[in-house]
Amino acid sequence: MDIDWQLFSDSLWPIVRGGLLGTIPLALASFTIGLAIALVMALMRLSANRFVSFLARAYISVIRGTPLLVQLFVIFYGLPTLGVTLSPWPSAIIAFSLNVGGYAAEVIRAAILSVPKGQWEAGYTIGMSRLTTLRRLILPQAARVSVPPLSNTFISLVKDTSLASLILVTELFRKAMEITAYSYEFLLIYVEAALVYWVFCLVLSAGQTRLERRLDRYVAH
Amino acid sequence: MSPTDSAGQGPALLTASNLQKSFGDHQVLKSIDLQIGKGQVLALIGPSGSGKTTVLRCLNGLEIPDGGSVCFDTGPSVEFTAGTTQKQAQVLRTRSAMVFQNYNLFPHMTVLENVIEGPIQVQRRKRSEAVAEATALLARVGLEQKHDQYPHQLSGGQQQRVGIVRALALKPSLLLFDEPTSALDPELVGDVLKVIKELADEGWTMMLVTHELAFAREVADEVVFMDEGVVIERGHPEVVLRNPQNERTKQFVHRLLNPF
Ligand SMILES: Nc1ncnc2c1ncn2[C@@H]1O[C@H](COP(=O)(O)OP(=O)(O)O)[C@@H](O)[C@H]1O
Ligand SMILES: [Mg+2]
Repeated sequence: MDIDWQLFSDSLWPIVRGGLLGTIPLALASFTIGLAIALVMALMRLSANRFVSFLARAYISVIRGTPLLVQLFVIFYGLPTLGVTLSPWPSAIIAFSLNVGGYAAEVIRAAILSVPKGQWEAGYTIGMSRLTTLRRLILPQAARVSVPPLSNTFISLVKDTSLASLILVTELFRKAMEITAYSYEFLLIYVEAALVYWVFCLVLSAGQTRLERRLDRYVAH
Repeated sequence: MSPTDSAGQGPALLTASNLQKSFGDHQVLKSIDLQIGKGQVLALIGPSGSGKTTVLRCLNGLEIPDGGSVCFDTGPSVEFTAGTTQKQAQVLRTRSAMVFQNYNLFPHMTVLENVIEGPIQVQRRKRSEAVAEATALLARVGLEQKHDQYPHQLSGGQQQRVGIVRALALKPSLLLFDEPTSALDPELVGDVLKVIKELADEGWTMMLVTHELAFAREVADEVVFMDEGVVIERGHPEVVLRNPQNERTKQFVHRLLNPF
């Protein structure tokens, strides 16, 4: 089998560029919005109000119980039926944000529950309200606990954004598909795309390790 | 540091009446009455599980009693009923602060940050002022070198002294200590007791749950002995600890003083 190294090197920059301008911004935007959704869902899930807690439970269950690709298609191809037509980028961001919101909610909830009850009481005894205790004491400690699992969520998300190619978002994998459309070099180009994803994820993993090491300094052992 | 009153029979700072608390069908407090005068030190003793911690927690609004009342001299005053909410009990914390058995310091904050958190976030005091006061308080308890350390870098005795300073920084009228030395290695107990003794001498009003009977005899103006959610005996430390009238008190004191 001959490897078309010329095509390989010509394709590298377009694919990487698709990653830098498509995959990464898409993942960052969705992750940020997704975390906000997750925090709200986690707090709702912990609420003493059974109805509020039920709503969050239902949301998490739907998100985790249905394929991401289907969620993406419902939003992009399905919503127009209801008169809601969104272009590829907003559709993708909405779908991925909702998805991250469902998965990260459970991570954040577990992290909040892992903070000892004594921390709440220490907050209360110095006169803090529930909300202030949550904001100043519980969430900062929960954040440290949730860095490793949330980093994993982020890395998964980076890979999952390749699904956005199917709703026409020009990200890394879409670029690769476009190249195969005229070159017919499926193996070469898709392996090349895989390599680029891999390098992205290696860089992110290294960042994760550094972040964890830094946060570890403040954690009580 | 705090307004000194003639240690002993000041006007009642706090009156708790008929406190009752059940967990499920286990009645943990059965009509507890307590009074503490300004500048007084009250030692609460009793066997494990007798409800001492629950009493302190009720006084601080961390636990909501099923009935009874807690009144401070100039307010607030809370009448507990089945419908009393956390929010309503919260006002009690404007007058009292708790020192916990296992410190409960904030692990993600330095020593200094632990101490100024309440004054700044809750009392909305100026940061510079809060830092100056915290610095002075930390120096008082021998922790002037530790401002920028994190709790896990300190010994248990040092952590508990930070816990005490964190409570003091709020300038509460009443300090509640729940077995402040029970989690400490024996050789570290003395440092913490010394601080508590100094606070007593300065006129702070304190309620102290402790198994250190010798210490209770030294600092307390009144000793209250509880068992199974009931106050069995109360009075001057020399009486309750040396010459208890009640049979159960006698047994308890005897057992603590002669563990073998
Ligand atoms: N949150 C709770 N839920 C159920 N039972 C509790 C709770 N807190 C305390 N108790 C029970 O109440 C009793 C008194 O506890 P506590 O006030 O901690 O006693 P002490 O401090 O004198 O050892 C114990 O039997 C304990 O098991
Ligand atoms: Mg106790």
